[in-house]
Amino acid sequence: MTPGRAAGLALVVLLAAGPVIPLGGMREYVLHVMVQIFVWSFIGGAWALMGRFRLVSLGHGAFLGLGAYTATLLWNHYGLTPWLGGVAAVALTAAVAVIVAYPCSRLQVVGHYFALVTLAVGEVVRLLIIAERNWTGGSLGISLRPAGRDSLLAVQFADKRVFYYAGLVLWLLGLWVWLRVDRSMARSAMEAIGEDETAAASVGIHVTRFKIWITVLSASLTAVGGVAYAQYISYVNPDTLAGIGVSLRIVFAVVLGGMYSLLGPTVGTALTIALAEYLRVVFGLKFIGMAETIYGLLLILSIIFLPSGIYGSLRDLAARLWGAPARAEA
Amino acid sequence: MIDPIFLAEAAINGIMLGGILALLALGLNLIFGVIDIVWIAYVDLVMVCMYALYFFVQVYGWPFWLGALGAVAVGAALGVGVHLLIISPILASPPVNQLLATGGLLFFLQSFATFLWTTDHKSVRFSLPSWELGGIFFPATRLIPFALSIVALVGLYVFLTRTYMGTAIRAVSQDREAMALMGASPRRIYLVTSAVGGLMAGLAGALLTFQYSVHPFFGNQFGPLTFMICVLGGLGNMVGAFVASFIMSEIISVAGVVWSTEMGYVIAFVVFIVMMFIRPGGILARRG
Repeated sequence: MTPGRAAGLALVVLLAAGPVIPLGGMREYVLHVMVQIFVWSFIGGAWALMGRFRLVSLGHGAFLGLGAYTATLLWNHYGLTPWLGGVAAVALTAAVAVIVAYPCSRLQVVGHYFALVTLAVGEVVRLLIIAERNWTGGSLGISLRPAGRDSLLAVQFADKRVFYYAGLVLWLLGLWVWLRVDRSMARSAMEAIGEDETAAASVGIHVTRFKIWITVLSASLTAVGGVAYAQYISYVNPDTLAGIGVSLRIVFAVVLGGMYSLLGPTVGTALTIALAEYLRVVFGLKFIGMAETIYGLLLILSIIFLPSGIYGSLRDLAARLWGAPARAEA
Repeated sequence: MIDPIFLAEAAINGIMLGGILALLALGLNLIFGVIDIVWIAYVDLVMVCMYALYFFVQVYGWPFWLGALGAVAVGAALGVGVHLLIISPILASPPVNQLLATGGLLFFLQSFATFLWTTDHKSVRFSLPSWELGGIFFPATRLIPFALSIVALVGLYVFLTRTYMGTAIRAVSQDREAMALMGASPRRIYLVTSAVGGLMAGLAGALLTFQYSVHPFFGNQFGPLTFMICVLGGLGNMVGAFVASFIMSEIISVAGVVWSTEMGYVIAFVVFIVMMFIRPGGILARRG
């Protein structure tokens, strides 16, 4: 067993034991923060599946919002269990992802253009949710209809530990998918496409197919994250789950952590959530806006001074200090 | 059925809005075309200029024209500041980092504005006349900004085509490596471009003040729209951006009257996405 694998196993054991660690009155709060970290890391990881191949999407809020709203509306209006609602949400999101990705890949919409097209998609979803206010609650958002008691069918539980373990499993699932992609042939193909599409096509890589495939995978996982988040918070809002704000937040966390490594998105998400929570606790209701101001400032500084992300920079540093063979990264 | 007079009024309002959108889009497009970086926070700089104008006029009691000049100066200073502090250190970074650095500026400006000035809407009060022609109203609060933005656009055009600096800026946007070889300093050109871009933001802010009240999240209303106009017109293509501004503003105005404001934006964005697939190089580009 390699040291890396042992450390990973120890981490998982520690996380699995998390809820039984006695934390007194803090427990509920710590669990709440941890669930958020799990879910948003999963979403960040889903974004990184595309981002690492230079498909920079600024519209993952669209997929997140579609997922969360589809499952929530199906449950609220038709009483359909979020398990099936989630399947419908993923199917719908995947369809939208194909509609966006197919022309983008066929017509070589890349770089800035791709970022702006996806940004438009995110805004369209946000505005549609607001426009359909009779049904979706508009910009006020909508609460999940309470099932009244703990229910596996409605995925509603009073005990946060249930969500903690569900979040942990979700997060591990995200890491597993990331590893599968990382070790697949598709990765080499996608890297070649990211470097030079024409060259990749000329050596027989089916550019369109790979791009659509990775976009659909990333979008579907993001939708799953959206459903999970909606179930946990039991409230959905177009500004927190769709549009440019949340899309940028996802990308920030990932780039801050480092998008080319397995744990980069997790590290970035954990740090941004910890920072946001810390600032919120420090400032409370005084100085409204100050917490976000510092958040924005730190983001700018970290992008200027830590261009390969915190995790990436630390690993480079470690590699230099101990002379460990640094893995070649883009 | 909607009264045709409402449609006509919406169409005219669309043209008026188009003038201001063109100003916003050309400032951003200039920076986009020359420095090759999208300032995600561009319209948030406009928001800061609008606050500056509000304070100059409503709090310090300056006359409006002086306040507007002050706002333009603030805009130019902001443009230079953003370039020196944020953009120049990351000129060589991957595009995603560049997008995010200015995205971080967006969060910073919006929340710092919330902190300083709260989320209340602030507006400069005007008492300006309104004219009627054939049942359609032409309020001065729409006519004046439209006329001034057209003047500013002509001014920008003259600057870019008739001055040495303007020619150098256009040359860099066509080929940045060759321009450095020709002896033009990209550093200086970038700085001037950022200042001009910021100046346009200040001017757009002053003109938007005629019709809109300012609040910290003002940028979210126009920001995505402005990027899309730039792309729709073709990045760095000034004429294209100009035409695209009017297409988008007409869609938003007319669809806003026929359905709802949000649907107006939705349709405009969908048109943008579809156009992106039909003409990826911008509406005026020849198919390559």
